Amino acid sequence: MLEIKGLEARVEGTQILRGVDLSVKAGEVHAIMGPNGSGKSTLAHVLAGREEYEVTGGSVTYNGNDLFELAADERACEGLFLAFQYPVAIPGISNAYFLRTALNAVKKYRGEPQVDAVDFLTLVREKMKLVGMDEKFLQRAVNDGFSGGEKKRNEILQMAVLDPKLAILDETDSGLDIDALRIVAEGVNQLRTPERAVVIVTHYQRLLDYIIPDHVHVLSEGRIVRSGGKELAHQLEKEGYAWLETGSATAAGGA
Amino acid sequence: MEELPVTENSAAADRVTAGTAKEGRAAEEVLDLQEVADREYKYGFVTDIEADTIPPGLSEDVVRLISSRKNEPEWLLDYRLRAYKYWLTMTPPEWSFVKYPPIDYKDIIYFSAPKQKKVLESLDEVDPELLETFNKLGIPLNEQKILSGVAVDAVFDSVSVATTFKSKLAEMGIIFGSFSDAVHEHPELVKKYLGSVVPHTDNFFAALNAAVFSDGSFCYIPEGVRCPMELSTYFRINSAGTGQFERTLIVAEKGSYVSYLEGCTAPMRDENQLHAAVVELVAMEDAQIKYSTVQNWYPGDKDGVGGIYNFVTKRGACRGDRSKISWTQVETGSSITWKYPSCILQGDDSVGEFYSVALTNNYQQADTGTKMIHIGKNTKSTIVSKGISAGRGQNTYRGLVDVKKGAEGARNFSQCDSMLLGDRCGAHTFPYIEVKNPTAVVEHEATTSKIGEDQIFYCNQRGISTEDAVSMIVNGFCKQVFRELPMEFAVEAQKLLAVSLEGSVG
Repeated sequence: MLEIKGLEARVEGTQILRGVDLSVKAGEVHAIMGPNGSGKSTLAHVLAGREEYEVTGGSVTYNGNDLFELAADERACEGLFLAFQYPVAIPGISNAYFLRTALNAVKKYRGEPQVDAVDFLTLVREKMKLVGMDEKFLQRAVNDGFSGGEKKRNEILQMAVLDPKLAILDETDSGLDIDALRIVAEGVNQLRTPERAVVIVTHYQRLLDYIIPDHVHVLSEGRIVRSGGKELAHQLEKEGYAWLETGSATAAGGA
Repeated sequence: MEELPVTENSAAADRVTAGTAKEGRAAEEVLDLQEVADREYKYGFVTDIEADTIPPGLSEDVVRLISSRKNEPEWLLDYRLRAYKYWLTMTPPEWSFVKYPPIDYKDIIYFSAPKQKKVLESLDEVDPELLETFNKLGIPLNEQKILSGVAVDAVFDSVSVATTFKSKLAEMGIIFGSFSDAVHEHPELVKKYLGSVVPHTDNFFAALNAAVFSDGSFCYIPEGVRCPMELSTYFRINSAGTGQFERTLIVAEKGSYVSYLEGCTAPMRDENQLHAAVVELVAMEDAQIKYSTVQNWYPGDKDGVGGIYNFVTKRGACRGDRSKISWTQVETGSSITWKYPSCILQGDDSVGEFYSVALTNNYQQADTGTKMIHIGKNTKSTIVSKGISAGRGQNTYRGLVDVKKGAEGARNFSQCDSMLLGDRCGAHTFPYIEVKNPTAVVEHEATTSKIGEDQIFYCNQRGISTEDAVSMIVNGFCKQVFRELPMEFAVEAQKLLAVSLEGSVG
């Protein structure tokens, strides 16, 4: 589904990604871990198409197509979803209106019929149960005055409604207490299907106690230096990221 | 008096064929912004109709000619002449925050009427080409629209050519029709109220209008009558270089109610065109007037060439106790807008409201706002102004809240919000507050915001295109005003914003 080869990118003149290789297949859950500044969020944003991130090398193929040929909104319509670390507030626009506009934009792109207000409400109510959200959220402005936990749950709700093929969760666990973390994780787990791939970007291992990944990768200084199974996450939790500094070359070679 | 020559010209040569893009009824159209992005000003076409036009320039003879062509009574001619003479002593206002080259008033054609071969009794007799134009504009002169309950007084150029529902309204005692007809059929009413809210001495453009006004709408709601439908007028500038000087007068008697809609579109032109209308509203005891405008005159091209100068004086007088006047405007067009729909709150417990969305894109300039004059006791006013600036647009809110000495317990709430798109536009706010009664409560809130790239990216990432995202965010910003509009106008207004903002981002 997703083939990243030698991806290099920079932000405001600073090279962040220095040759990332990653292959994600449908049905898989990948976790990308790494210390702060290793390029995790940059990778997520480059894949989503944020313009401030300049791609300087490498290639990304998504479902057989060159991802960089697509604009950000087209990538979304093609089923690529990014759950933001810092979801943006849009005052004056209700959650319901925003989400229906998004859903209909995606449906229009795919040549599917538009969803009217009634059908939308039925759909969104069902999805809201997944993340334990109260219906009054629908009438509140998008992320406006939301608590950290509410914002993250809202991201998962959007993901559930938009039904993406590839979901990238950028530090979705940050700022969540343990209850909220569990709710978010359950929401994600229910969305695990053989057709959908999930990439979880996280600093800490704790989210991975709830969402068990198939593959874990360690990103350091803009490269994936080590890949392994879920046990790699536990090792990181125990040993921290310090060992990377000394053993990165051999670890990368061994991965 | 010397008879001026009258030229009859067919505007065929001026017909604009290119760049008009898609036609069709706006109301039925599903807005495709991609398509819209390639579109020139949608309503930029000129209809091929024989016009009856006098040569450019203004003199006492021209004023007399206008009056005689309209077969007006002596008192109205006197009124025009008084205004003309006063106008000669005046200079154009220079205090507003707009820039434009001086207007040569000698270059303007002051009268142009579509030639009618005979008196029209039904729509079938209206020039098919004219009807076609109305259809392009989505003006509801057809059965469907009549069923939906809109009576239309279509002002084409300067003279009304068709009025529907007039007889039905007449049964209720409501008078709704062209100003010219009212002059002949109800001279006592026109004489009583004309210039009673906006005197001909009020300002430069109001004086000019009083001297040369061509036609407009007149509406009278008798005591205790609730007008059962929204009354609407569509104005349209057609003949090249013709100044438009509409005059509208609405009188709501004791305990009556009327909702009036005004919307305009104009064809594409390279030269600037002056539009100086005057609207007067009078509300008696317990009467309510709701006046809604969607203004979409040609704004000029993206380089600021052409476009309408919209210099309008609109004012309402709440004469009776507990009367209410509510102005709602959505201003997206014109190269320059100079407009301050105001309320004189004379009656005790009377209420004035002003809800405004003004959008300037490219090189458009708007200096708009309101005046709320509190005279009566416990008078209340609300001002909600939303200014959107994009491109190199300049948007100014200018408002006055004036609480007079006797206005015991007066209250005002003002909210002025500005939104900026890009970094070459400007938003300005000039709120004037004068309070001479210590019991008055006056509140003013103002915000300025910018559509952020992070907001746009967030929308993009959910599949929403940049143009749709901007239009969605802007519509959210304006929601407070849109919900004051009648339903069909609200839909139209949202579309207008989307069209007006095209190309302003990315």
